Formats: sequence, C-alpha cells, structure tokens
Amino acid sequence: MNVVVCLKQVPGKFKIEIDPQTGTLVKGGTDNMINPFDMNALEEAMRLKEKHGGKVSAISMGPSEAKESLREAIALGADEAVLLCDPAFDGSDTWATSHILSLGIRKLGQPDMVICGRQTIDGETGQVGPELAEMLGLPFVSCVSRIEEVAEGHVKMQRMAEEGHHVVEMQLPGVISVVKEINVPRLPSLRGLMQSKKASITVWNARELGVDVAMVGSKGSPGRLVKVSRPQRSTRQELLQGSLESQVEQLIGKLREAKIL
Amino acid sequence: MVMKSNSPGEVWILAEQADGMIRGTAHGLISKGRQLADDLGTKVSALCFGHDVAGVEGLIACGADRVYLVDDPDPVNHDEESCARELVALIRHHQPAILLASASLWGSSLIPRVAAALETGLAANCTALEIDLESKLLMQTRSALGGNVLATMECPEKRPQMATVRPYAFKRGAADQSRQGEIVRVDPEKQPVTSRTRLLNVINDLDQKVKLEEADIVVCGGRGLGKAENFNVIAELAKVLGAALGSSRPPVDDGWIAYSHQIGQTGRSVAPRLYIACGISGAPQHVAAMQTSEIILAINEAPQAPIFEVATYGIVGDLFKVVPMLTARFRELRG
Ligand SMILES: Cc1cc2nc3c(=O)[nH]c(=O)nc-3n(C[C@H](O)[C@H](O)[C@H](O)COP(=O)(O)OP(=O)(O)OC[C@H]3O[C@@H](n4cnc5c(N)ncnc54)[C@H](O)[C@@H]3O)c2cc1C
Ligand SMILES: Nc1ncnc2c1ncn2[C@@H]1O[C@H](COP(=O)(O)O)[C@@H](O)[C@H]1O
Repeated sequence: MNVVVCLKQVPGKFKIEIDPQTGTLVKGGTDNMINPFDMNALEEAMRLKEKHGGKVSAISMGPSEAKESLREAIALGADEAVLLCDPAFDGSDTWATSHILSLGIRKLGQPDMVICGRQTIDGETGQVGPELAEMLGLPFVSCVSRIEEVAEGHVKMQRMAEEGHHVVEMQLPGVISVVKEINVPRLPSLRGLMQSKKASITVWNARELGVDVAMVGSKGSPGRLVKVSRPQRSTRQELLQGSLESQVEQLIGKLREAKIL
Repeated sequence: MVMKSNSPGEVWILAEQADGMIRGTAHGLISKGRQLADDLGTKVSALCFGHDVAGVEGLIACGADRVYLVDDPDPVNHDEESCARELVALIRHHQPAILLASASLWGSSLIPRVAAALETGLAANCTALEIDLESKLLMQTRSALGGNVLATMECPEKRPQMATVRPYAFKRGAADQSRQGEIVRVDPEKQPVTSRTRLLNVINDLDQKVKLEEADIVVCGGRGLGKAENFNVIAELAKVLGAALGSSRPPVDDGWIAYSHQIGQTGRSVAPRLYIACGISGAPQHVAAMQTSEIILAINEAPQAPIFEVATYGIVGDLFKVVPMLTARFRELRG
C-alpha cells in the first residue's frame, strides 16, 4: 500500500496586513505549521502502512521554508518527502496547484492512494483533492471520517454526509480527503526526530517536473485574486436592555416582525 | 441550441436534489443567477440531475428561463464522476459564461472535478457574486485566512467562470408563479456507467430530523455550556423551535457532541433565518461560517465577547437562565 500524502504549510497565526490603496495582502501570518487536516491525512497514511505495509510519501508545493513541514512529516514517520518548489509557482490558484501536484505525484510513481486534507486553513477551498483526482484520472471521495477496510483493489470507508454518514466503497487507486474525526495524529518519536534531522528532502522545480510555466503561478492560473479586504461587521447589532424577562419579550417581538415565529 | 457568436453565454445553475426534491439551496442560486444574467443581458438555465424531480416549476418561478433535467447516469449512487462527465459534456456543448453550484458536500466534491476537466478557475464557498459592469467579469468574493479576510477573485480568460456558493448565502427572491420557462429533458448518451465509487449504506447518526444546512433555525452551543450533559439545555430549545443543533469546536474536541455538528471554518457552514449562539465567544473561525445568517441572536455572559459584534440581537446573561426562559416562552407561543 503506497500512499502519497499532500500537505501544505500554512500560517499557525494570522497577522493580516492589507494595503488599503491596492487591496493586496502585505502579510498573511506567522508561525508556520502543517495544515491541521493534513496532519490527519498523514496519520491515516501511517496507520495504513502499519497495517498493510508499503510506504508513505509526503508531497508539498510551496516555498523552500515548506521543507521544515516536510521534515516534520518525516519525524512523524513518512518514508520520503518531496517539495515542488519554483518561483514560477508563486500565486498559483487551485487549478494550477493541483496541476503541479499531479505532475509531482506522477513522477513519484503511481500510488495506491492519495490522501489530502479536507481543506487548508489559509486557502480554505477544499478543491485541491477533487481537482487532483480528475487530473490523475482517479476516483475521489471527500470528507472521509473512517477507513473501515482495505481489500484487494478497493477500500471501504465512511464519509460525512448531510444526514450523518455514508458508507462508500472506492476502487483503488484513488484519492480521498479526510476530516479530523478520522483520527488523532501522533506526536513525533525521538527516533523520528533524529532521523528527520539527517533526512534529505527531494526538491523538484518546474523544469524537473515538466511544468509549462505559462500555465501556473499568478500569471498562468485561470483564477486571479483581484483584491482582499477585511470582513465588514454588521451594523445592525443591538444589545437588548432591561430585565431578562423584558429582553426575552422584546426578542419575541422582533422575531415576529421578521416572520420567524 | 444555436449560439450567436457575440452572445455573452448563459448563466447556469446546478440545482441539487435530494430524494427527488429540489433542495432549498437552489432557489437563492437562481435568484442570484437571475440578477447576474440581467446585468449581462443573457438567460438563466438550471440543471438538475435526477429522474422524476419535484419542484422544477419552482426554479422557473424563481427566475430560471430554462431547466435542463438530466437523467442521472447513476441514480443509485448519484455518482460524482459520472455526473461530472455529463456536466462537462453539456458545458462544452452549450458554452455557458458562468456556472454556479451550492458548496454542499456533493457540490464541493463534484464541481472541482468539472473545473479541472475544463481547465478553468473555481472560487469556493462564495458569499458575494457580482458582475463588474466594465469588464463584464464575475467578481467572486469569499472568506479566506481563517475568516480574517474577504478575497475577491475573477477568472478573466477561461470559461465558464465557476463558483460554489456557501449554502443559503443568497436569499431566495420573490417567486412569480406566472413566469414562463422551458423544461428540457436531456438523456445522456447511454454509455455504460462505470462508477468507481459505490454507496453501500446511509447512516443517519446525526440524531436529529433537521439537516443543519437546510434548517431555518440553528441553535448552537459553545464551550460556555460547560459539559456534555448541558447540551440538553439547548437541545430542548432546538426541539421547541424545530431547529437543528450546532456546536462550536471546543465541545466537539472534548467529545461532548459529534463532529458532524461543528459549525465553523473546519466544520459546516450555515446561513439560516435565525442563528442562536449560546455560550460562544465569536472567534473568526466560527463566525466565518455563520455570519450570513439572516438574524443572529447571541447569548453570552461577557458583554465584550466578539460574538456581539456580529449579532443582530444580543442578550448579556447566563445562558442557563436565558435559554430555559426562551424555551418556555416559545413553547407557550407554539402551543
Ligand atoms: C485552524 C483552526 C480551525 C478552527 N475551526 C473552528 C471551527 O470550525 N469552528 C469553531 O467554532 N471554532 C474553530 N476554531 C476554534 C476557534 O478559534 C475558537 O477557539 C472557538 O470557536 C471557540 O469556541 P467557543 O466560542 O465555544 O469557546 P470560547 O471561546 O471559550 O467561548 C466561550 C464563551 O462562553 C461564554 N460563557 C461561558 N459560560 C457562560 C454562561 N453560563 N452563560 C453565557 N455565556 C457563557 C464565555 O463568556 C465565552 O465568551 C478553529 C481554530 C483553529 C486554530
Ligand atoms: N500547496 C499544496 N501542497 C500540497 N498539498 C496541498 C497544497 N494545497 C492544498 N493541498 C492539499 O489539498 C487539500 C485541500 O486544500 P485546499 O483546496 O487549499 O483547501 C489540503 O488539505 C492538502 O492536502
């Protein structure tokens, strides 16, 4: 069972600075860490390996600082780690990100399973998993909360659904995205930490991946960021006054007016 | 359909169905689509995958000019891959300018496949959409960076311009039952369906009748509840109101309630008519996923809690006093 885990380095703290003139983001955050859902993805990959053998490869597209997150993945037990890194990748939208990742995964060799997080906490799109699946020509199941059984050529699992959960079976190879309900990620072992210090992180640039740089980065991506702004807080807020009893009555009046009651 | 070369291309809406009924999310999408199409001088078509779907006329009443009823290639699974393949073929053929879908679990999983196949951009979970009258491009606004910023995106060259929309972020406009529209049945070429995913079982473990995303009223509890058993206090209120039950993250992390109830950046998004936040401080990660609710009622004992900044109405007080009072009064009113 060879599993590729897609993980992204994200800010652990958001410190937002926006240039009010241009509407561009000057600063997004600090204290980089592995995207929380991707920690669940890595943990699940480790559990699959412990049960079924094979290896776990961690892959990330990002700046060279993302090596630190890949090193952490090795400390947690990943067998190899690859960073897809090129100045031409800067500003890639989800289509371009998925395109780059799909070339990286192909170059690693066909895995049995690709595991993504449900979404990143900075981009917050949840699109990379399904876009990647399409580009790799593989089936996809989102929001997996439990892997029940892995058998010859397929996997049975539970995914989040509107009414609770669905039990689904997916042919392998395939791509899944996971929610945090699936597991509690382990802490790195002392041995893992030692190993990760010496481990070498493979870095592939656009040329090595065969990426057409006209199709990625901020210029080549189909989607473009026009501006960023701070969310407006509503101006309608009203603290109700008086005794609790009277506040409740005022509220009921308001809800009647709005035809909610 | 014959397309004039200078026609701007239509606005398309994916109208989701569940159990043979058009889902409520579709109406707000149509109303928004109507507005965008009017700005562009074009038509609105709704697409629905299903067999005998009820509520199609409602889409026309809300502003659709045409409804494509696409026979579901795999009605049992409602398989994303085969629906995506069908959608891609229809889009290639008709070349709409814009495609909108709900960022439901199904939409969020299916639509990116479609965007990837068409090599176009996709803005996720949008809360505002408008046409830039100069460029005629769709401006897609969404929350990012943990609810701390709003990002506006555009897709200048590739078509269609695609967006998923936070469920219920757009309100349904007035329905006009006399509006005329066309219903077109599309029978996909009968390719053998080769689903690589299969639905084996549905587990209804949410332990509530009302689905969170569909609910008119959501009662949500936070760390202020103090312990698992105290969820009963707000569950009682939810029951009286016929509301769905939500939670902020800490109660989920502490195992008081299942993750499927979590509302927030890393949980579900809701925009009900009434959202009641009980013992929730109002962190950006929580607020981002509920702030488009029509009315927000916050109950919190700390007057400086940030939840009061987004609340329509706030009651400063102990939730263990306020909530039972509300429950009792609503029970009286509802008889
Ligand atoms: C990557 C990431 C993702 C996250 N995703 C989510 C998410 O999806 N959803 C989410 O909710 N959070 C999320 N969070 C957590 C978020 O930052 C907050 O920590 C969380 O929302 C706080 O929950 P709370 O308001 O219930 O608890 P608290 O912040 O502890 O607030 C409890 C409130 O209850 C009030 N209170 C206490 N007792 C009473 C009483 N008796 N009566 C009335 N009021 C009382 C207090 O005044 C306080 O304001 C995320 C955080 C991170 C870093
Ligand atoms: N730059 C990246 N490198 C590696 N994996 C990524 C990257 N961006 C997104 N992913 C994966 O795709 C998932 C969804 O991300 P997103 O679409 O950005 O919300 C994440 O949880 C990761 O598993």
